[in-house]
Amino acid sequence: MCRTPISTGSSKGFVAEVPILRVTPVVAGLAILLLVVAVIAAGIGPYRIAPGDVVAAIVAWIAGGHVDGQIAAVLFQVRLPRIAAAICVGAALSAAGAAYQSLFRNPLVSPDILGVSQGAGFGAVIGILFGLPVVMIEALGFVTGSLMVILVVTLAWSLRQRGDILMLVLSGIVVGALAAAAISLVKIVADPYAQLPMITYWLLGSLASIRPDDIAVVAPTVAVGMIPLFLLRWRISVLSCGDDDARALGVDVRRTRQIVIVAATLITASVVAISGIIGWVGLMVPHLARLLVGPRFDRLLPVSILIGAAFMVVVDTIARTAATIEIPIGVLTALVGGGLFVWLMTRRGSRSLWRRE
Amino acid sequence: MIGPARRLVVLLALTLLIFAVCAPVVHARTVTDSVGRRVEVPDTITRVFAAGPPAGIFLYVVAPEKMIGWGRAPRDIDKPFLQPMVRDLPELGRLTGRGDTISAERLMAAKPDLIIDLGSVNETYRSIADRIQAQTGIPYVLIDGRFENTPAAIRLLAQILGVSARGEELAKASEAIFAEVDRVVATVPEASRPRIYLARGNDGFETGSRGSINTEIIERVGAVNVVEGIREAGGLARVSPEHVIGWAPDTIITIDPAVRDLIMSRPEWQPVPAVRNKRVFLLPNQPFGTIDLPPSLNRLIGLPLLLHALYPAQATSDLKTELRDFYRLFYQVDVQDADLDRLLEGLRR
Repeated sequence: MCRTPISTGSSKGFVAEVPILRVTPVVAGLAILLLVVAVIAAGIGPYRIAPGDVVAAIVAWIAGGHVDGQIAAVLFQVRLPRIAAAICVGAALSAAGAAYQSLFRNPLVSPDILGVSQGAGFGAVIGILFGLPVVMIEALGFVTGSLMVILVVTLAWSLRQRGDILMLVLSGIVVGALAAAAISLVKIVADPYAQLPMITYWLLGSLASIRPDDIAVVAPTVAVGMIPLFLLRWRISVLSCGDDDARALGVDVRRTRQIVIVAATLITASVVAISGIIGWVGLMVPHLARLLVGPRFDRLLPVSILIGAAFMVVVDTIARTAATIEIPIGVLTALVGGGLFVWLMTRRGSRSLWRRE
Repeated sequence: MIGPARRLVVLLALTLLIFAVCAPVVHARTVTDSVGRRVEVPDTITRVFAAGPPAGIFLYVVAPEKMIGWGRAPRDIDKPFLQPMVRDLPELGRLTGRGDTISAERLMAAKPDLIIDLGSVNETYRSIADRIQAQTGIPYVLIDGRFENTPAAIRLLAQILGVSARGEELAKASEAIFAEVDRVVATVPEASRPRIYLARGNDGFETGSRGSINTEIIERVGAVNVVEGIREAGGLARVSPEHVIGWAPDTIITIDPAVRDLIMSRPEWQPVPAVRNKRVFLLPNQPFGTIDLPPSLNRLIGLPLLLHALYPAQATSDLKTELRDFYRLFYQVDVQDADLDRLLEGLRR
């Protein structure tokens, strides 16, 4: 890919000359898939609602009429917010994963490589320990998740290896491990009958208690975080060829990397704050996407987002319907994601997706 | 003249004699715990370490003067409901096998005469008891903590601690509570018994499924726990609002005022029949939770409280007096009238 000349002509024209999103058949197909999956999911749940009632309620709601009753409550207060959350979470983690993998030129990178999840986890368990309201737990998770990334980046810089990817990843591992240790400490001092179960559930990830308010906060945040990734998709593509190539093509490597880290951190931290820690999605989905459209980030990004969103909706539907109780979603993504990942690895030719020709 | 050899023999004999005279001072007796382990304990036990919060509450109730610390220190708001002598005892941690928060060394430094644990009595806990006893040399007794076993557990613990009279009084009182529950429940036809959801966690969506120790009290008062577990019953679970709406419980119970406020105010709870009919009961959690948290002897007072909330027509006893008496007898504190009213506030509809 990196031998292919980048088609935008002028050095400052990476942004302006191409449409924000080119709707290819793959993208269109995946968008339709996501829509279908979401509609089916809206009809499935432990509280039985006839498909006709789902449609009727949604039509009435779109028409602006007030919908009442239990069906409306289940649909609009519980199920649809949850599907929306699954879309946000899947899209955000996959986008961040794709961005980081391209940025770090490493297929093993996931959205929490810089310690976002562990940091958010630490904030959240502290919130649970002190018995804060759920909103505060979410806010605390978001803040500590972001702080953790700032800490990692600062640490990497202060080691006088400015912008060195290896230093960033190592700092992320170190700080992430520290946060994990701090989480363990909190678990030890937590009340084993009251707080420990809550902490455990949070760390396993769940969308069970998503409320419409959560969506109202998270969806815009994720959208805002996605914008720079879309605008910079060419530069990120170029960056995935290596710093020297990118510089030769006139990309400000350091600036681009900073913006991508900030954007990916923002979207990851905001979804982790409401969903808890959900692994594997951000690692696995970009690989699946690469299988479809190849490694170019401008193509990879929309496809990753759509696959991630649809995948998450499916997984969350399983989580809320497969058993009487909620299955922690992080457990499911690990099971499904791990399996898929092995399948991806065994495919012939999957290596070539990363080979720089 | 006696030779050096003979002198040595005399010295040895004297030493042995001294030991023989002194040894009976540390009298020992053998007790049998709930899993049939025969444990040698000192005649007089003055310092007891409770391995976890459930055991801690039993120990506090049966013999507070023998406590050397808490598994979890009481919160400030709980302290007025505890005897002064135990309020400020240190938090020592818990012994659970894995994930202990007290080390063997610190445990020995605390110099307990006895370790008690109360709860499940399976092979895991038996081996933990054996191991810690062998390692520290401190006698360790394991007591069956099933709710039904409460009177027997009290008697056993009181007998081991040498306070049988108090144990008998408490055991009789708990038998009376169970008997009153059975009497009232028998008068309520199956069809009119409530279907209950227990709201735990700080958003109310954590609960115990049917058969779990955390919700034992629901079944004990003849009600139905709406949460059915996956095949093997028991344990805590997280559920979604959709589940709760689907189960349509007619009664919700919680011990957390914040959770009750959430339930009464948030839209996702409004379709639940219990919320529409304002049957969301807040049970007291001072000094200990009356439903679980931890599941221990504190649940005894949860029974009459639930009985009055669920079957107001059939439960005839005077709840306020009953609550006052329970706190006086079991926790050995006199609760002021205003505080009693506050504890009972959440049971009003």
